[in-house]
Amino acid sequence: MTPPSNEVTELAEREYQHGFVTDIETEVIPKGLDEDVVRLISSKKNEPEWLLEWRLAAYRHWVTMSEPTWQKAHYPSIDFQDIAYWAAPKPKPKLNSLDEVDPELREMFDKLGISLAEQERLSNVAVDAIVDSVSVATTFKAKLAEAGVIFCSFSEAVAEHPDLVRANLGSVVPVRDNYYAALNSAVFSDGSFCYIPAGVRCPMELSTYFRINSAQTGQFERTLIVAEEGSYVSYLEGCTAPMRDENQLHAAVVELVAHTDAQIKYATVQNWYPGDAEGRGGIYNFVTKRGKCAGDRSKISWTQVETGSAITWKYPSVVLQGDDSVGEFYSVALTAGRQQADTGTKMIHIGKNTSSTIVSKGISAAHGQNTYRGQVKVLRSAQGARNFTQCDSLLIGSDCGAHTVPYIEVKNASAQVEHEASTSKIGEDQMFYCRQRGISEEDATSMIVNGFCREVFNELPMEFAVEAQRLLSVSLEGSVG
Amino acid sequence: MTRTGSTCDLPRCSTCRLPSVRHADSHGLTAEALATLAPDLGGFRLVFANGHLVAELSTMPDPGSGVTVASLASVLATDPDRLEPLFAGRTAPADGMAALNLALADDGAFIHLATGAHADAPIHVVFCTTDVGHPVLASTHSLVVADPDSSATVVETHIGVGPLAGAACANAVTRVVLAPQATVHHYTVQDLPDTAFHLGVVDVIADHDSTFTAHTLSLGAAIARHEVRVHLDGDGADATVTGLYQPAGNQYHDHPVLVEHNTTNCTSRQIYNGVLDDHGHGVFNGRIMVAPAGMGTDATQSNRNLVLSDRAEVDTRPRLEILADDVKCAHGATVGQLDETAVHYLRTRGIPEPAARGMLTYAFATEMVDRIGPPALRAWAAQLVADRLGAVLGDDGPPPDANPDAGTGTGTGTGTGTGSVHTEEVTP
Repeated sequence: MTPPSNEVTELAEREYQHGFVTDIETEVIPKGLDEDVVRLISSKKNEPEWLLEWRLAAYRHWVTMSEPTWQKAHYPSIDFQDIAYWAAPKPKPKLNSLDEVDPELREMFDKLGISLAEQERLSNVAVDAIVDSVSVATTFKAKLAEAGVIFCSFSEAVAEHPDLVRANLGSVVPVRDNYYAALNSAVFSDGSFCYIPAGVRCPMELSTYFRINSAQTGQFERTLIVAEEGSYVSYLEGCTAPMRDENQLHAAVVELVAHTDAQIKYATVQNWYPGDAEGRGGIYNFVTKRGKCAGDRSKISWTQVETGSAITWKYPSVVLQGDDSVGEFYSVALTAGRQQADTGTKMIHIGKNTSSTIVSKGISAAHGQNTYRGQVKVLRSAQGARNFTQCDSLLIGSDCGAHTVPYIEVKNASAQVEHEASTSKIGEDQMFYCRQRGISEEDATSMIVNGFCREVFNELPMEFAVEAQRLLSVSLEGSVG
Repeated sequence: MTRTGSTCDLPRCSTCRLPSVRHADSHGLTAEALATLAPDLGGFRLVFANGHLVAELSTMPDPGSGVTVASLASVLATDPDRLEPLFAGRTAPADGMAALNLALADDGAFIHLATGAHADAPIHVVFCTTDVGHPVLASTHSLVVADPDSSATVVETHIGVGPLAGAACANAVTRVVLAPQATVHHYTVQDLPDTAFHLGVVDVIADHDSTFTAHTLSLGAAIARHEVRVHLDGDGADATVTGLYQPAGNQYHDHPVLVEHNTTNCTSRQIYNGVLDDHGHGVFNGRIMVAPAGMGTDATQSNRNLVLSDRAEVDTRPRLEILADDVKCAHGATVGQLDETAVHYLRTRGIPEPAARGMLTYAFATEMVDRIGPPALRAWAAQLVADRLGAVLGDDGPPPDANPDAGTGTGTGTGTGTGSVHTEEVTP
């Protein structure tokens, strides 16, 4: 195909927009964190005074807090003064063709079934090969604008829609919420902002958009999604492709606000570097994700597929404030190698007739430790609240662990709360059945695991569901037999 | 599990505070008063008033028989060597109240079953709190030692003669040690006055192919915390830990339960039901821990709660910690109310609504009462449960089961959702 030149230009511009400019890179801020660093970050981003004050309030509270240690994971303590809190994104080295890509990585792409064009984009092959995607992206952007959907980087939103940001920032995860949320609030670099006006159904799955414009994940990312009355949006972060990152600690914050009759679907596929065989060097993924069903009949749904990171520590939660609001959480968390995951959700029922569903599937293999920790809280005001929780764990190998720690607190007599969980290994009869049909042990395991996770994959956008299945198989490689 | 160390707190404490005649009075507890508070279960009986043995109300077997039922203080005085192995080599208790118990206790029940011995009738240990005109902390430390192939049923009842002038706190620890193939059924009935405090621990070590059951009825006390810890240390050991809590008024009932699967092929189940009324607050904090060596574990956990009042609160935390792969573990927890269709069904049969609700509530509670083996104990427990539910049952409520063997048999329709426990292996 012949790439039209104007699209090449557009692409170049897009990269500029995302801050891939060398002049930023030359600036060096020493490691460490104090008020001056917070001020510096804010000034570099040309932020308004109120945002700086907000950051400083977060920082001042953060210094009074102590690092939480209650999670069921072990890791050496983090030196928060040994982190550079302002790092301009560096351009990755450009490659001329896929032949230059690490063969291991290519093998992984093939297994995941990622298209050639996308493989090139993900491994940063020179732009002219992937113009098709770019033109698609441009079309998408025009389509979104037509519908009135605002979808941009956080910095852009602060500059162009300050009132919207100010009204909603910290309204779901306050700066004092927890240690890592406070840290993020003080030093967040950038992130995404999404606003769906009243009555608008976002014309496309924002997941699709993301696949074309892979979002640069920062160390302290901030995402804010606001769905006005009667609107709908489906959002997907992350990617099934393996992500490598220099920063070991990731402390992002995601806030969702759903007004009356609005609906937000938020899906995450996370496949960050889990560390080497001994667990060295993997990413610590300590994220605060929370949605607020502010209006009546609103709905927030979290779906996550967590296969990467050395430690995953997060509880995507829903505050069910509006009457008849609905919260959902679907999760697959896989720990292999030396990975540790302590993940689950919180459903806080405040409004009348609120309902929540939790489906969690944990898979532990090799030396992985997998903990489901979830809270269902029904406050006195939540007349007629309803919760159903199911969390199942699958154990593969004798050195792994699976833990289930639900907290159910009910203060309203009309609430109905159900929790059920099971933990077991792959049935020997199932394995035998597959083996006698000539299916290898590894393939059989993969089949059974995928069946185990089907309820959650069904919640993913279709193309991701397919990739997520393959991702599980790849992540389990070497854990069987 | 290794239990090393050489703390030996009880004998040491007792040398400074040996039980004396002063301790051995009856604290105003008479046979008549006792008869109204606790039933005669037909077997040996030890009665303690504020933590001290009341010998005249107790019946003990002849020395030299296969079953020893005595006060710990008397064994300590006459045959301390018998206790040494049970105290030496134990690690210090992890929690403060257990440590305080070990330091302060100077009496308790001592039950020993020799190899092959079977106690036919339930052994009844009555802990009675009486009014002594000032606040009292009664610390008792009891031991149940079952040698190979022995069996017994031990019933612990915690009752009080109200009204109590000062704060009364019972801090009772019971340790059960099961040798291979031994069987112990342990019951705790806590029906203290609503002003008293109860702290109880039942700590169990089970050797291979032994069977243990713990059944707890939490009915009384202002604040009650009754903990059951079972360490399945031998292959094929089996444990059943069940309970019913019924906090009403301003009562608080807390139930920490731990079952540790430390070795292969052990089985366990935890089943707790709660009925919560008024400002009552109930807590179930159950844990199944499967050690890396716990292959072949089959463990379940179920907690169901019926909430009758908007001011009641229930916290349930059924936890699984699993470090082995060849296991089957499941748990379920529900919080809910009476099934309205069941209420409707009864009303269509001409039963007034309060009575219909009372029947269903009673049926939910007595599911746990029906698990009680000894008929005399079951009849008494049914009466206690019905008395406590009096306000709910109303005048038209069903009488307590006159014929305990018949059971109430209304297991269905009392439901609080469908949180059944799934024990099947994963089906893709």
